[in-house]
Amino acid sequence: MIRESMTSDALAALSRRGFLKTSGALIVGFTMVRPSEGQFGGPSPGAPPMNQLDSWLAIAADGNVTAYSGKEELGQGIVTAQTQLVAEELSVPFERVKLIYCDTAFTPDQAYTSGSQSHPANFNHSNLAQAAATAREALVQMASQQLGLPVDQLRAADGVISPKGDPSKKVTYGQLVGGKKFNLTLDPKARRKPPSEWTVLGKPVPRPDIPEIVTGQFEFVHNVRVPGMLHGRVVRPPVIGATVMSVDESSVAGMPGLVKVVVKKNFVGVVAERPWQALQAAEKLKVTWSAGAGLPKRDSFFEQLRNQKPTRDILLVDSKDVEQKLSLAASVVKATYLHPYQAHGSMGSSCAVADVQGDKATIWSPTQGVWYQKSTAAMVLGLKPENVRVIFRRGSGCYGLNAADTVTYDAALLSQAVGKPVRVQLTRKDELTSENYGNAFLMDERAGLDAQGNIIAWDHEAWSPTLGTRPGPGTPGNVITGTLVGFQPEPFTPRSPAPDPRGFNNNSNGIPSYAAALFDGVPKGAGTVRSSRVLVHNVPSPFFTGPLRSPARFQNTFAHECFMDELAAHAKADPVEYRLRHLHSERVIGVLEAAAKAANWDTRPSPKAGLRKNGLATGRGVACVAYEGDNGYTGIVTEVEVDQDTGKIAVKRVVVAIDAGPISNPDGLKNQAEGGALQGMSRALLEEVTWDNEKVTSIDWRTYHTLPLGFALPKVECVLVNRPDEEATGAGETSITVIAAAIGNAVFDATGARLRQIPFTPERVKAALKGTGAA
Amino acid sequence: MITLKVNGRTHTVDVDPATPLLYVLSDDLELRGPKFGCGLGQCGACTVILKGAAVKSCVTPVRAAAGAEITTLEGLGTPEKPHPIQQAFIDEQAAQCGFCLNGVILTAKAFLDKHPKATEEEIQQALSGVLCRCFTHVRMYQAIQKYAKERA
Repeated sequence: MIRESMTSDALAALSRRGFLKTSGALIVGFTMVRPSEGQFGGPSPGAPPMNQLDSWLAIAADGNVTAYSGKEELGQGIVTAQTQLVAEELSVPFERVKLIYCDTAFTPDQAYTSGSQSHPANFNHSNLAQAAATAREALVQMASQQLGLPVDQLRAADGVISPKGDPSKKVTYGQLVGGKKFNLTLDPKARRKPPSEWTVLGKPVPRPDIPEIVTGQFEFVHNVRVPGMLHGRVVRPPVIGATVMSVDESSVAGMPGLVKVVVKKNFVGVVAERPWQALQAAEKLKVTWSAGAGLPKRDSFFEQLRNQKPTRDILLVDSKDVEQKLSLAASVVKATYLHPYQAHGSMGSSCAVADVQGDKATIWSPTQGVWYQKSTAAMVLGLKPENVRVIFRRGSGCYGLNAADTVTYDAALLSQAVGKPVRVQLTRKDELTSENYGNAFLMDERAGLDAQGNIIAWDHEAWSPTLGTRPGPGTPGNVITGTLVGFQPEPFTPRSPAPDPRGFNNNSNGIPSYAAALFDGVPKGAGTVRSSRVLVHNVPSPFFTGPLRSPARFQNTFAHECFMDELAAHAKADPVEYRLRHLHSERVIGVLEAAAKAANWDTRPSPKAGLRKNGLATGRGVACVAYEGDNGYTGIVTEVEVDQDTGKIAVKRVVVAIDAGPISNPDGLKNQAEGGALQGMSRALLEEVTWDNEKVTSIDWRTYHTLPLGFALPKVECVLVNRPDEEATGAGETSITVIAAAIGNAVFDATGARLRQIPFTPERVKAALKGTGAA
Repeated sequence: MITLKVNGRTHTVDVDPATPLLYVLSDDLELRGPKFGCGLGQCGACTVILKGAAVKSCVTPVRAAAGAEITTLEGLGTPEKPHPIQQAFIDEQAAQCGFCLNGVILTAKAFLDKHPKATEEEIQQALSGVLCRCFTHVRMYQAIQKYAKERA
């Protein structure tokens, strides 16, 4: 279906292997990129070559620097950090650098801005960092020729090169290369500045966008205005799986401002002169839909999930001796953890503007991947990808795959239908019902302990439903609008049993931090437990799913870190000491100890002595993780107060220790750690997608619950563990990954009640309290 | 025809009087401060100050605002000369994506203007109808407290 309707150019876009064969030099020196960056084999056709300096940097005659990046600002501060990086490596003032990011007319294809990959991609051995270092060395070389002095007698600072100790003779970057191309390949040996020499990186440089935001000057995608622009609204199927039977255009005939009713297969929308007119027409338009596909019963959803067939099985680690070790264990502990579907729920509903004129399109989109949006929007529109330009404009929040990509297709389709620029902003209900939810998970944990209470084997088996994901090459059907116009989501291919893992990959944090995870006899995990198995069963989902901040990592870590707490309690050990006993990664140990120290951790087993069944109870909990195995490290301690009569949890204090390698911008890192912890708290305590027998029922902020700004904030403290000699890792998804477990563990400490299902609603807390033996 | 007084300027607009004020501000007047978040008055993104009170412009018909003084985020200050509460948010770097800041700043300002001696709990109560989904709460409260102290 997809391939038949694709243009030859779109097919070429899929044929990345062929592209790479003819561009072999392109990947040399770029093999250290993380999987997400190279997951489709390399940059899109037409993208600026990654190994060319001119793809990354340009210096004008006045010395101003323009840098090009494929990693965008979503509010995480990465544009400030990247600007610092360029200023640092190029030896120019921060203010002289302008970063252009994620515009397919100019910027390299760095896949998605996602998965905590921006630092690993651009701050380590390649890409933007190496481009800036290459440029600096090239400029010094040029200055050497011009000034007739050897390079080792020259010094570059503030965009000026002068002989060491003689600032009177000098040449500026603008004089050397201003307005001209470098025509150079990135030099993997160009010297990088070590953190000890940093003057711009490593400092809490304020974000340049904040003054514009707080004064209402900043242009979000919602504020993009194009001459002659019209406004569209979509009419989504009222129940999951419904298809269009008929559309009665007469139902809106003569409505003020109405321009057109647009129907394409199951995609329905209206275009009007003003947004309010479009909204009213969309509400009034009479569409007859078929019955839906029906939805599984929500109260027995997890039981069905466990038994759902067929499955696609993935084995992340298997030492092949888990059952044997469990049979020899002094005791075996088991627990099952549940995580619901959750929404990204960006505060502003998603918006995009498209201007499709004939065979060309310009699109302003909050997508995380402009190059994939370009090739897939081309498929949706039936255009050649080279005729589509996608320009990133910041949306509201992000947190992964909200409705950003789907609304971009909505705008493109409506613009094409009227031949004029169209802006589409979804309604709140559209946003919360047509995004790709964070995956539900059912997780069984099993561990064997020896007579001393040490873990000798760990088994983790998980079930998770999936449908679609971020649009990648050739897959506009991964989000709802793509399917409405006839594309299919990525196919679900059953596979059971799973093949043996080919190597260590803990991107999903399916493997607990305490597993040694031996591959070819070499321990790759962060822990000491040599016997382990991690098996995941993916099954088809009734709802679209996609990455939600710390995807799968949040869910798996919730289970692992609560279960670790259960094991510690079983062994009557202090939860921090028990973790340390089973860890060998210095970096996980480092953040765990840093958090415990900063929190003045009360060393003793949980739950605390002298529990009472009623009234307020207080406790402390801990959790830690090696995010994705090696992409950021965090330890967290929470202190909670539980009202045992109402079941309400109040988190009073959060202490986060974070290690993301050398710190680019300590204030930016702190902002991410704080925000992640509180967002994770909202997810742990409140957030859950709900549905009835045919449709999603969490459609606004009264039915999809979140912590508002006005709630009693815990005291949040951050300990930044700087590691100047390590590589830069991700940071934005670390604290969120551990907070749910740390809260659950603190509730156990306070009350003896174990929470194994997110969200920790008062009803669930009370049910757990009933099940305890507290007296 | 409806006459609106926005940030000290008078505008005459030709719209359906039932149109929510937000649409007129953001689409007819092309202001970037007030934003559409939910259209239901549940998140605060659309907040404006109308006759001294923070109101949700997405559920306020434009006719209800006719002739009255309306202040949007743009009306407080500029990047060059920010209002003290805007400066406090800059000082505290109290933003992630920034979409919610319109509602946060205007709600806090309108409340503190009326209740300059408000306690932390009262400020919190005043912000119970405002969301920030990036959860920049820690810094936002620091900025609001800073402004409250300077103001007092």
